Formats: sequence, structure tokens, C-alpha cells
Amino acid sequence: MMKSKPDEEDYWNSSKFKAFTFDDEDDEFSRLKESKQAVNSIRRLVEEDDDEDDVEKVSWSGEPVGSISWSVRETAASNQRTDREPAFPKINADTPTVSRSHSGYSLSSLFKGETALSDSSVRLYAPELRKPKSEYKDYVSDWSPEETVHRMQQGKAVSLEKFRSLQDKLLLLDFSISAHDGNVITAVTLFTITFTVLFRELESRQTALRHFIHYLTETRDQRLLLELLRALGRTEDIALLQYKEHLSIADENKRRDFLKSCLSLPFSPEDSAHVQDHYTLLERQIIIEATDRQAERGGKVEIFQKFPRRASILNMPLITTLYYCCFYHYTESEGTYSSPLNVRQTFRISEKQFFVTALAARAKLKAWVDVDALFTSRNWLGFTRKKSPLGFHRVVDILQKNSAPTQVLQEYVGLVDDAELRISLAQKHKCHDIIINTYRDLKDRQQLLGYRGKVERGSVEERKINELLDNPQIRWKN
Amino acid sequence: MAHSARRDSPELPDFSLLKRLARDQLIYLLEQLPGKKDLFIEADLMSPLDRIANVSTLKQHEVDKLYKVEYKPVISTSDQLCFLIRPRIQTVKWICDVVNADKAAGKFRRYKLIFTPQKFYACEAVLEEQGIFGDVTTDEWAFYLLPLDDDIISLELPEFFRDNFLAGDQRWVRTAGSTLHLLHSIYGPFSKIYGIGRCSKMAYESWREQVEEGETKARQAEIGNVFLIDRDVDFVTPLCSQVVYEGLVDDIFRIKCGCVEFGPDVTSSDKSMKVMLNSQDKVFNEIRNEHFSNVFGFLSQKARNLQTAYDKRRGMDIKQMKTFVSEELKGLKQEHRLLSLHIGASESIMKKKTKQDFQELLKTEHSLLEGFEIRECISFIEEHINRQVSMIESLRLLCLLSITENGLLPKDYRSLKAQYLQSYGVDHLLTFANLRQLGLLVEQQPGETLTVMESKVGKLVNDKTAGKLTDAFSSLAKKSNFRALSKKLNLVPKSDEEYDLRVPRDMAYIFSGAYIPLSCKLIEQVLERDGWTGLEEVTRLLNGHEFAHSDRAKNDAQRIVLVMFLGGCTFSEISALRFLGRERGYKFIVVTTAITNSSRLIEALLDNHV
Repeated sequence: MMKSKPDEEDYWNSSKFKAFTFDDEDDEFSRLKESKQAVNSIRRLVEEDDDEDDVEKVSWSGEPVGSISWSVRETAASNQRTDREPAFPKINADTPTVSRSHSGYSLSSLFKGETALSDSSVRLYAPELRKPKSEYKDYVSDWSPEETVHRMQQGKAVSLEKFRSLQDKLLLLDFSISAHDGNVITAVTLFTITFTVLFRELESRQTALRHFIHYLTETRDQRLLLELLRALGRTEDIALLQYKEHLSIADENKRRDFLKSCLSLPFSPEDSAHVQDHYTLLERQIIIEATDRQAERGGKVEIFQKFPRRASILNMPLITTLYYCCFYHYTESEGTYSSPLNVRQTFRISEKQFFVTALAARAKLKAWVDVDALFTSRNWLGFTRKKSPLGFHRVVDILQKNSAPTQVLQEYVGLVDDAELRISLAQKHKCHDIIINTYRDLKDRQQLLGYRGKVERGSVEERKINELLDNPQIRWKN
Repeated sequence: MAHSARRDSPELPDFSLLKRLARDQLIYLLEQLPGKKDLFIEADLMSPLDRIANVSTLKQHEVDKLYKVEYKPVISTSDQLCFLIRPRIQTVKWICDVVNADKAAGKFRRYKLIFTPQKFYACEAVLEEQGIFGDVTTDEWAFYLLPLDDDIISLELPEFFRDNFLAGDQRWVRTAGSTLHLLHSIYGPFSKIYGIGRCSKMAYESWREQVEEGETKARQAEIGNVFLIDRDVDFVTPLCSQVVYEGLVDDIFRIKCGCVEFGPDVTSSDKSMKVMLNSQDKVFNEIRNEHFSNVFGFLSQKARNLQTAYDKRRGMDIKQMKTFVSEELKGLKQEHRLLSLHIGASESIMKKKTKQDFQELLKTEHSLLEGFEIRECISFIEEHINRQVSMIESLRLLCLLSITENGLLPKDYRSLKAQYLQSYGVDHLLTFANLRQLGLLVEQQPGETLTVMESKVGKLVNDKTAGKLTDAFSSLAKKSNFRALSKKLNLVPKSDEEYDLRVPRDMAYIFSGAYIPLSCKLIEQVLERDGWTGLEEVTRLLNGHEFAHSDRAKNDAQRIVLVMFLGGCTFSEISALRFLGRERGYKFIVVTTAITNSSRLIEALLDNHV
């Protein structure tokens, strides 16, 4: 982000923010370094019998010995070591027969008030610690909807059997909604909405609806969920939900085919275009991947030998794919699938975006000629000059991150418009010429004098500074 | 650092009792399944469990082997299996698979499921559906609260945020109510309760009900006032980069359950090291609330003092040396180790932040908060996306842009979304749908432009738009009205004034003087006014749901204020409250469903994975 120059200066020079800079190697940082040295110098003394005093209960290995996390790891390790015996569990003679649920299917039977709910649920509170709820011995009786909800909140046994008419069910549902307890709302919704014809009842009960949707999402009941959304006419949600399924398809060809089938889903027009792009991209990636894998194995294409591919390009984002194409297929004609220009055109990539990606890829390869060519444009007189859709300080940043040599950096640092920024970048990257020239242009004798002290004695830079300072033609401002 | 607290600052209650209670309950539950048993623990319960018990506690109660729940077939040979789990359907389904596999193999075992902090009917419905209801016994372990420090208590329920605010599932409302009930019955009775937010209100009501169900015993109150706040009242604060030491450490290294793992770059050895970060660490305790720029100075000073203390031993005779070794050396060594750790951490933070243009990032955030040069902010974010800098960071900035501007212009929204999908994958369509549903990243609705203009000049926002729901499906999404709120509450100090970070004058110091966190400002205002009177305009902009209830006469613990964040709070907010406490003579206790920060918040909303 670039603020206009005076603003920027105001911003950083105002004492409000000046106190704190991450960028400069300022005094604070060097002070920190000093203190580190100081601390390190006394380390030897301390390390003699280091083990006895821990910072906390935590040991050097990370986890405290005897901690639970530590023990779990031990178990896992020992399980890998020991041979697994076929496990024939010893069955204790005194093991009681486990009671089985009579029904496994209808949700409503869950709430029939069987003792299963109350006998084992021990709810403990601070004031009444160790008082299992089973002591209450609640048995089913004729609770009103309100009381039923209330008891459910407390985890007590209830019977939902008697709520059979639609009216009763909805009454119960509404009481649960007004109690705000999501746990109970879900339970009652599951009990109430056993038939899809009741979906419409949920429309006027958004809270219960949200609980039901969340439950179906968590249990991954895709079929019922889609049915519900269809009944509610929530087409965009349906589209997204179905589209999401592609994530669980590992095989790339199947995934591509699935994405193709998604194209007809009722997305918003905007999202529809994105999904189309997704499909097209994967289709191409599959082609590129097959070709390149072969080329790499064949061992005849130099670039793959010099820079073996680290990972497959399948399922990577578009920009990563573009980067890949700029890296391995830069010079290809627009006719091929892997040509950067073709990718750019197919996916309507902006000039700036293309530029940034190509720059990073070519810089990574240290193809400085390509980098140079990216900036070159001819004006009507035929002169070439450097132009960039990206601020030159960013360009420098990208180049520097790809470890460009100083000569290359220097060229682009020199193109940074803002003098302050140019100087600070030049200092960071040790481009002496630029600093000296900038001070000369600013006619800032004092700064130049100061800078002389920072360059090496007897160096070319020092000589240059001296020449400038001795030059009678320059009208210094200070 | 050396802020002198007001003399009349009261003492904090002792929360170690909560740990003891939880431990006793767990032991009781383990005893319900006599005999040797293997224990399976949900992965994210392991650290909390480590804070209250250790292996020998479990072994004493006949736990044989410990396993982490990993959704793989079990290899245990024990004939009793105990599962210590969160009430999650995925986990219950896995247990059903385990039981059914045993059945198929003709293996007979006993199974016990212990849900914590409570069980849900939905989990039991799954047990029933899978045909194993009755084959297993279930229990609840009411382990609601884990004290992370003297003044921080966590429910360790990060899923609270997504469940409640995105899915609109109120399953944790009762949990929140029970949490309050537990605190009330041990440290209460509370004299006043304030709050804001839908969930807060429901949690409050749930707690009231539970109070009425049980009997209250008269006791000496240790907590006076309570403030409940929903995370969605203030999304701006957790989306900002943290620059206070503890927050920075969390942003960069991720503090987990009060513990951080420092890598080799920090420890200057080849080992990583886990360190507890709390008030017991004397060095940390002095810098945790400091703006990062002050930390260097402090650490340097400490290092010099330490050097001097060590140097004392030169020229000592044998006897003096003996005293030195027995009395001072251990303390010095301890301090030395802590010091070198925090110096290492600071150095590592500096390196990381310098690499990624942190300065410019902060500048963009501050501009967004101020509503200044938005175009430049947008192009900064755009470049961020174009260069494929961190996926989370880009999304965070987009959200910050959207909330502070009350939505993006349709043209910007489309273009930024398209570029985002190009850089990080079209899968994120689902993420964008989530963010829209939550109201974190939205398009400005046509016809609202005027409202934005109005709020910019600080005029009243009319009723029509203030609480308006954009459409039926995103009924949980709210308009943020940030600009208007910021004006009303003076959240952004004037930029032409000086701000000395060494001597903070208000809570804005936690964001380099650029912004007072909305959440904390609300707390300050309500405590000052003893209610919401005079803040009507503010609550309207926040979409209402505020409340204040007096329970009983003022008690001695008036100055102990418990603040409960539903949906998570950040370390920066805790630092801000500590500052407020020092200034006004309060002691704050922060109860949160989980510690959060911008990355955790955004990650909870990603949907580009199965």
C-alpha cells in the first residue's frame, strides 16, 4: 500500500508510531543482541548441573515424564514394538450380561424412558459432589410439554411417546426452542421431524431448522440433508453442498468428472464461473501432469533434470499452476495447454497478477534476462524504459527473496520513485551508488558526509564521495 | 512493566479448587468401572487432563494403558475399554465402529463412554442408530473449567465458536450456564450481572434456571460482578495483529493450554522445548502485557542485572561463596534460563516479522481501523493475494476490511474473491459462503450506501438498518456498524496526538495506540455507568441483546469482576483488561470458551477440506 509521500512521512514520523519499528536494525535490536551475548557468556556456568531446576514441570524432552501425553506416546511406541497377539480377551465369569437396546432404528424409542438414560448418567455439581442422579429414581409419568423439556435439560428421564399428534409434537418443539438449550432442541427436532412432510414446519422455526441441519451435517446424512434443502428451496446451499463432495474424491479423473457434473448445479452466476474454472483447471492439470511426468522420467528435458519437480501439479490453485508453467514452460507458444500465455488467457488473469507470478518464477530460476524483458516497453520514440504494474520496491522484495545478486537488485532499487524509500532499500541491500547518487540529487551534503563514514576506507565509493564533495559545481543545500 | 497497582486492589480467589474438583470427579467416574481398563482420550483433552492429573493418578485407579483417540481400529487387549471424550458425533461413530468390530469378531468387552463436560442427546441417537445403545454405559464428567493462570479460566471448547455463531447450534448454551452456576456456587453469590449478545443472554437465563433448581448457601462472596459478552459483538479486535508480547507469542508460536513449544531457533540448541507461560514465570510475568517495543529494553536491563549478580562471586571467599551457592545461585540460574528463552523468542519474532513486511501490514490495519485511504488498503490486500502470501492472513485482512467498511462494494467483492480463489484454490467457495453467513465478509447491499455515509459522519443510523437481517438464511449475520461505534466510543484516538507506548494512557496501547478494543471498551463503560444507561445508541448499533441484573446488595467483592467471553478471547484483550484493572482498581478474571486469535478464528471458518 502506498500512501502519498507526505502522508507516509507524517505517519511514521509522528511520535505515535515511531516508538516501534520492526524493519530497521535499530538500537533496540542491537541491544537485544548484546544482552543475548551477555546471557550466553554466562551459560557455561549455569549448564553444569542444569537438570535439576526446570522452568516448570516440563522436561527437556518436551513432555513431563509421567504426564498423560507422554504416557500415550509410550503406549503407541510399545504397540509398534510388540507383536500383536490375536486378541482373545479373558472373559470374566462375573461379567454381567449387557442389556441390549430393543430397537436400533427409531429415534423415538430413545426417549421411551428406559432406565438406560437415568441409571448411568451421573451429573455432578460442586455443592453435591458424588450424588449420582440415579438416586432420584424418576419414573415416567404424565409430564406436560413444558415439564418434559425442563426435565430433558436436567438430563432426567422422560417419555416422548405420548406426543403423537402433530399439534403435540409442535408444541413440544416450540417449548424446547424457547428454552434455548440446543441439546434439547436437537433431540426434540429429531423426534418430531421423522417424516419429510414435516420439513415445512421447520421453515417457521428457524432455530430448530438450524439444529436439524447441523445434526445432519455432523452425521453426514447427505441424502436427507439435500432432501431438506430442496424442500426449503435453498438452491445455492444445495449446489455448494454437492460441490463440496469433490473434496473426498481422491482419484483425479473421477474428481474431474465429478466437477463436470457440478457445472449444472444451481450456483449463483458468479460462483458458476468459478466452478467452471475449477473444472477446466483440473482437466488441464491432468494433461500437463501426464506429459511432464513422462518428460521427467525420460531424462531428456534439461529443466526437469536441473530442477526436479517437488510435487505433482494436480489440485494446486490456479496461480501455483501459472507459476509452474512459467517455471517449466516459459517459452512455449500460446498453442499448448502448458503455455503461460495460454493459461493467462483462458483464466482471465490480470496483467499485474501475471506479472508478479512470472517475475517470481523467472527470478527463482535466476533467468535475469527474462526478468529484464518483463519490464521493457518501447515508447513511441523507440527508446526502451522500464515499466512495472507493481511498485518497484515490491519488485526488489520479490527479487531479493529469490536471492538476486546485488547488481540485479541495484538496477531495480534505482527505479524506486520515492527517494526516502529508495535510500532505505539501497541501504538494506548495500547499493552504495544509488545512495550516493540520491544524496547528490538531493544536494544533501550533510548526509553524504555522514555516509562517507560508513563506506570502506580507500574504496571506490569513498573516492566517488570525495569527488562529489570537492565538486564546486554542485550547490549544496546544507 | 513496573506498573504500580492501586493499593486497594483486591486479591483474586483461589481457582486451584476447580482443578481438585475436576480430578475428584474423574476418579469417582473411573471407580465406577472397577478392574483394569484401558483409557482412550480424545486428542484435544490430553493437555487439559495433564493440567489436573497425571499418569499415576490414573494408574492408581486401575487404568492400564492410555491411548489417544485416532479414529483407527483399536489394538487393546483389555476387556474393559473406557473412552474419555468430547460429545462429538464423529468420535461416537468411531466408538460404534470399535464395538461393532468386536461384536463381529466375537470379542466381548465392557465399554464406558465418559463425555465431558456433558453428553448430548444427538450422541445417544447415534449410539442407538448404530445398534450399540445398551452395549455401552455412558457418563458425564463435569470438567467445565480449567484455570490456565491466576486470572484466566478456559472451557477449552474451541468448537463453541463455530457451533454457536456459524451453525447456530445452541448446544453449548446450557454448558455456559452450568459454568456460571459452578462459579457462582463456589465463589458467589454475584451481586450484579451485565451482558451483551444473544448467546450471553441465553446463557444467563440458563444459569438463572439452574440457580432456582438448586439451593443456594450463604457464603462470603469472592466474585462481585459478572460481565458476559458474545464474540460476535466484536470481531474487529480478534482480527487485528497482536503486538503485546503474550499475544505475539500466541500469534507466532501458538500457545496451547497455557503452554508453548519453542523450536530450536528459540532455544539455540537442537531441541524444541515446551514451556509453561503463566505468572509463575517471573520474567514472562513482567513482559507479557507489554507492547513489544518495550520488551527489548526490559530484557537488556534484566540481562545486565543478572550479569552483575553473577559477577559478585568474583573476589568472594569460601564462606561467602557457599552462601552464594546455597541462597542465590539457584534463583539466578532459573532467571537465567527464563531470560535466555524470552530473548530467543523475541529474536525469533523479530526475524519473522521483518521478513514479512510486518510494518506495512500494521499500517494497513491501522488505516482500516481509521477508515483512511481505503483504496490503498485494498491494493495492499490485493498484492498480498497475488503473491500468495499466507492464505489465512489474506482472508483476515479481507474480513477486517469488510467489517470496518460495513461490507465491500460489489465490484471489489467480486474481484477480490475471484483473485483469492485463483491464488488459494476454488475450494474456498465454501469458505466464502461461511464468511458471508457469519457476516464477516459481505457485499454491501444496494441502498445501504447512504447508511454507510451516515455512519461515517457519525450520524444516527436509522432503525430500519440497524438490526436488519440481510436475508433469512444468514439471519445470524449482523451488520457491524463499526465506523459509527468507533466514533461513538472514541475507539480510534486522534492520530495527531502523541502516544508514548512506555507509559500507556489507555487500552489502545495494546494496538500501538491505534485502537481501543471494542469489547474491553464496552466493559469499561458498563462498569463505570453501573449498567447500560447512556449507551442506548451503542447497544442499538450492536444489535441489542444487552442486559443488566442486580442480584443482591453490593458485597465486599465489588472490585473482582468476572468477564466471560462466549466464543473466545485474545491475549491482547486480557492484557487490556489487566491494564484497566490497574487503572481503576479492579481485578479481572477472564473466563473464556477458548483462547483465540485471528488465525484460529479464520481457521474455524475454513471449509476447503473434507
